[in-house]
Amino acid sequence: MTTRPDTRPDTPPSPVARGNAPVAEPAAASSPTALTLPSALTRDAWAALRAHTDARIALGRAGVSLPTAACLDFQLAHARARDAVHLPLAREELFADLRVLFAESGLPLLEARSRVRDRQEYLVRPDLGRRLDDASAARLREAATNAATATPRANDTLFDLAIVIADGLSTAAIQRQAAPFLRAFLPLTAARGLALAPPCFVDMGRVAVGDEAGECLKARVVAVLIGERPGLSSPDSMGIYMTYAPCVGLTDERRNCISNIRPEGFPPAQAARTLDYLLGKALALGLSGVNLKDDQMLDGEAPTPIA
Amino acid sequence: MRTCTLGTRHFSFRSLADLMAKATPHRSGDVLAGIAAVSAEERVAAQLLLADTPLTAFLEEPLVPYETDEVTRLVIDSHDATAFAPVRHMTVGQLREWLLSDLADGAALRAVAPGLTPEMAAAVSKVMRNQDLVLAASKIHNVSAFRTTIGLPGRLAVRLQPNHPTDDPKGVLASVIDGLAYGSGDACIGINPATDNLHAVTRLLHILDDVRTRYDIPTQSCVLTHVTTTIEAIAKGAPVDLVFQSIAGTQAANASFGVDLAMLAEGRAAALSLARGTRGDNVMYFETGQGSALSANAHHGVDQQTLEARAYGVARAFSPFLVNTVVGFIGPEYLYDGKQIIRAGLEDNFCGKLLGLPMGVDVCYTNHVEADQNDMDVLLTMLGVAGCAYIMGVPGADDIMLNYQSTSFHDALYLRRVLGLRPAPEFEKWLASVGFFDAGMRPSLADGAPLPLDLPPELADADTTDIPPGSTSCGGAA
Repeated sequence: MTTRPDTRPDTPPSPVARGNAPVAEPAAASSPTALTLPSALTRDAWAALRAHTDARIALGRAGVSLPTAACLDFQLAHARARDAVHLPLAREELFADLRVLFAESGLPLLEARSRVRDRQEYLVRPDLGRRLDDASAARLREAATNAATATPRANDTLFDLAIVIADGLSTAAIQRQAAPFLRAFLPLTAARGLALAPPCFVDMGRVAVGDEAGECLKARVVAVLIGERPGLSSPDSMGIYMTYAPCVGLTDERRNCISNIRPEGFPPAQAARTLDYLLGKALALGLSGVNLKDDQMLDGEAPTPIA
Repeated sequence: MRTCTLGTRHFSFRSLADLMAKATPHRSGDVLAGIAAVSAEERVAAQLLLADTPLTAFLEEPLVPYETDEVTRLVIDSHDATAFAPVRHMTVGQLREWLLSDLADGAALRAVAPGLTPEMAAAVSKVMRNQDLVLAASKIHNVSAFRTTIGLPGRLAVRLQPNHPTDDPKGVLASVIDGLAYGSGDACIGINPATDNLHAVTRLLHILDDVRTRYDIPTQSCVLTHVTTTIEAIAKGAPVDLVFQSIAGTQAANASFGVDLAMLAEGRAAALSLARGTRGDNVMYFETGQGSALSANAHHGVDQQTLEARAYGVARAFSPFLVNTVVGFIGPEYLYDGKQIIRAGLEDNFCGKLLGLPMGVDVCYTNHVEADQNDMDVLLTMLGVAGCAYIMGVPGADDIMLNYQSTSFHDALYLRRVLGLRPAPEFEKWLASVGFFDAGMRPSLADGAPLPLDLPPELADADTTDIPPGSTSCGGAA
């Protein structure tokens, strides 16, 4: 997957072409009597604003409709995003990266799967994607017991945090963003002195599969790294959902979400700091979700209350 | 138990909710919930029985228990028996015929709205074809106002949606300028923020308010964050025009959004206290979408379209400025393909308008659903004919923050042109006075013509060689 070639009508016409001057060069007509119509394309002078956003602005128009190039550019992006939904995960490559990252904490990478059988079922049966299959659930429970430190924690938990990674709707997202994110995030958990549960990869999991994984692992908080549905301009965005006291059956108001994690969106290192911040608050307050407000100061903002 | 015999086959339905679910045109969300008809014939059997069901049955047999659901209590307790009286004797099938008849003109439909419950609206829609949904909806004009007036006959407004994945002010403003130049923004300029961070939300509120006042645009802004965050922002003095919230059709589904009716009332009161509207005081902006209740395990065995109509029952209690069904947003587990999205969009527009709401539709789809731009063109055009009050305007139809495809500024101009629809009156005047459009609402900027307004200061460091600062007129552009 590469970036979308910019085939939008680009620069505005040069100043001499403004006003009433015809924009299109007359085509070399084979017949001297052929009537050549002027171009029907109206270009926008504010193309320079594209420097500030990936949004499809200053596309120009034909009448009130899209220019042909912009129209087909969209089709290309849609075709690529459709293909991304069905792209298989390069498992060995990803797992090798993850194993190296977690080896420093002495943690094995657990492999699990949801109750979904195939990709097609994954799309239409979110209920199955939210649950671990029985064998996986048992494996996680056993691994938790084996890996646990001797110190029991609040509410019968064994760990502060369980990290769950799921392919979700974009394998490309997990493939590209999970390792860079963890590389930035794991040192922050070490700095806080948190006890990490063995990390776990869930095949064809939905966000809520983390509830069951976190429960099996007896973790106080679960953070699910998951491939977000591919956008036209961003087929590889990762999302993170953090839930305090995970257990089967929780709903979305109990989660905090960080989305659009990719270098061109919310960079992985920044996402790591945000999750660390939210995690610290969740552990201190004993909650997560809509009642845990993200009131971090913005970058470059003075730490004073807003008037 | 309701039973029906077709030829030699017997069909039975254990409750009104079961009958409603099985009468619903096929969609993946009801299959997922395990409540859909198991055969095409069973579906029609349910529709036949539903058509013969008296409207009063919906007052006597709540689909979601009154005792445990505040949405049911709201619907039942606020039911207007006087408004209901003219149709009280009707069955669902007879209501369909009345809606399609010349007896039901705009005034009659407006008068009966408070007497209809969401369940009645949903029921009749299940025995209506797509063209019925369009015809009935096209007769209804629910008008709301803040700084512009929405929902007038012959008008189509657009929410300018300048989303940016990091809420970058320059990125947002670049899309705002583009959208204004293309005639979008009369429903509102509304951003979905990347986070619910109060400071980020407040910054966006100021950016939008600054751009509105800078250009003296008759419109309203909104940052679509959780109602509690907006209430906090109001308390800290942020310029809030509209209060946004996603809502659903059951108490439990609303709880999954972290809201209840009291919280919505608190949000509305906070916005009203600012008294910022000049044309009216409709201050709420609600978004809905089929499937949200099931997604929260909060559907009570009721089909997703009926629950969607119940969300409109929530909305109308708060006199909203805008209600928007984000019809294809969630994904194929609720609406599988273009056919199901088109049907749902027409149902939602019809039910919302019948219940008295200023309805907009986010004509949209995601990349994991079996749909494309051609499906959206069909739905968009039919909604225009059906008198949908507003649609979304997203640059190039590609929302780079929410990762889905909606309608573009160009799409809105297409619809206005083919159907002769015009922007909201206040905004229409502004578009002509600035020089983006002529009095006949044709775009007036010629090829490469400079913007007829100064860029906001945040964008002033952009390469302006082709955008002369201080230019205030589109000159001889034709």
